[in-house]
Amino acid sequence: MAKASEAAGGKVEKISLLRVLGPAHVWALGVGIVLVGEYMGWNFAVGKGGAYAALIACWFAGLLYTCVAMIDSEVTSTVAAAGGQYTQAKHIIGPLMAFNVGLYLVFAYTMLEAANAITLGYLVSQVAALSGYTGTLDQTPFIVLTILFLAWLNYRGVLATLNFNLVITAVAFVAIIVLFLSTLTGTTQLHHAGLMAGGASLPYGAIGVVAAMHFGLWYYLGIEGTTQAAEEVRSPARALPFGTMAGIITLLIAATLTWYICTGILPWEFLGDGVNGSVAPLFDASRLSGSTFLMVLLGIGTMFSTMASANGCINDASRAWFAMGRDHYLPQWFGAVHPKYRTPFRSIIFLVPIAILFALGAPLDQVITFSILSGLLEYTFMPINVIMFRRKWPLDTIKRGYVHPFHPIPAIVLLCLCAITYFAVFLGYGTQLIAMVGFYVVVSLWFHFWRYRFVKRGDQFTMPWPRPRGY
Amino acid sequence: MSFWNYMEYAAWILSVIFGLYILIDWFRIESSYSEEALTSSREGELEAMTEQHKL
Repeated sequence: MAKASEAAGGKVEKISLLRVLGPAHVWALGVGIVLVGEYMGWNFAVGKGGAYAALIACWFAGLLYTCVAMIDSEVTSTVAAAGGQYTQAKHIIGPLMAFNVGLYLVFAYTMLEAANAITLGYLVSQVAALSGYTGTLDQTPFIVLTILFLAWLNYRGVLATLNFNLVITAVAFVAIIVLFLSTLTGTTQLHHAGLMAGGASLPYGAIGVVAAMHFGLWYYLGIEGTTQAAEEVRSPARALPFGTMAGIITLLIAATLTWYICTGILPWEFLGDGVNGSVAPLFDASRLSGSTFLMVLLGIGTMFSTMASANGCINDASRAWFAMGRDHYLPQWFGAVHPKYRTPFRSIIFLVPIAILFALGAPLDQVITFSILSGLLEYTFMPINVIMFRRKWPLDTIKRGYVHPFHPIPAIVLLCLCAITYFAVFLGYGTQLIAMVGFYVVVSLWFHFWRYRFVKRGDQFTMPWPRPRGY
Repeated sequence: MSFWNYMEYAAWILSVIFGLYILIDWFRIESSYSEEALTSSREGELEAMTEQHKL
């Protein structure tokens, strides 16, 4: 295409990302990244404060993410470009905020991808053990294969990538529903009264509830990734709000059902120990049901949810990296689009070795914590972003695909919940929190004093918006 | 060798195939298209065509 026109001496034809996605793909991207948190990870909240604390964390985090989804839906329905929150920050707050938000996104998703690949390697080893294999399975080839297969899929095109995510995410979600239905029919017995009586209800009191908030995020972490599809959906103003809101509703249902099933079957001491106890609580619950069908279904659900999460993370991290390259926030080389597959291929390739290095060389809990902290910093930016957006461009100045209700209450609630979660993270991972904030301060200085000189300042504001109020 | 040892080898082989596919295609694209064409995407162009921010 471009080669032919160049050979003919004509003008170079522009190569852009393809607009081929619909609301279902947006749903698959958001829920696909997150649903693994229902299959594993959330149960650390039980260890921090008991079963009730995990339920309170589930609902408070649900409130936090409902605010995230509403705010994101409004802003991104007007900023229909790859990069999601990075592009929002660039247009609404400024370059330094945008640079930081772009890095939060790339780190959060790449670390999550690495964590998912580690988990898939572990799951394969468990399948081997369950099948009677007595040797020590080398997980490395399965970790590497996960990353390379999904990178290949992403490289080949966004439609196939998210169709794949749609199918495997739907299977994983249906598996949770089937397990829940089995509790209604009596196939699986629940024992909430016995398992949550006395000291088991809130073993560490109120501070346990606050501490549980850290892992309460795990129920929903990543739903904001839907915005990365903004440049590839056919109708951003309709598909992004619809897909995102449907996604958070799905997750609220899945999270509550997961808590209900698992706390009714597994003792809190076992459930809350995600390392030596219940690594995959839904799968463990299905095993205790005694049904081979449920065990196989939830085993497949666990693997599919993990794969869907890694797949969505590659998609999102590469779009954020690509958008930053295209704006010269990073070398422009990263802003290339594949002429046939129409994907940000250099960004996809560049992030593969980084994900493999973290997956093979870093401990899982550190990788997950780095991902959570980057996500938390991103959520703190969102309320500031939407307040400034409404002040600079009030409702009567820009047409929005979705207008979130009760402004500024969701923004204030989100800010307060972020503050509580920072405290919760500080209780368990204070050193990492401080180290990571230090890291972002250093890279901000690098961007301000060195990198920003390469940015074409006038070219980076692309939305056809009127002049902001007050400017 | 057991079934799972074969699976380990199969995973390595598939990894190499996917990795090579990406690398060969990457090389082919880089040598067939100019840098100007590959980095010609601009934010907001499609958006401006398909969405009208008018009330």
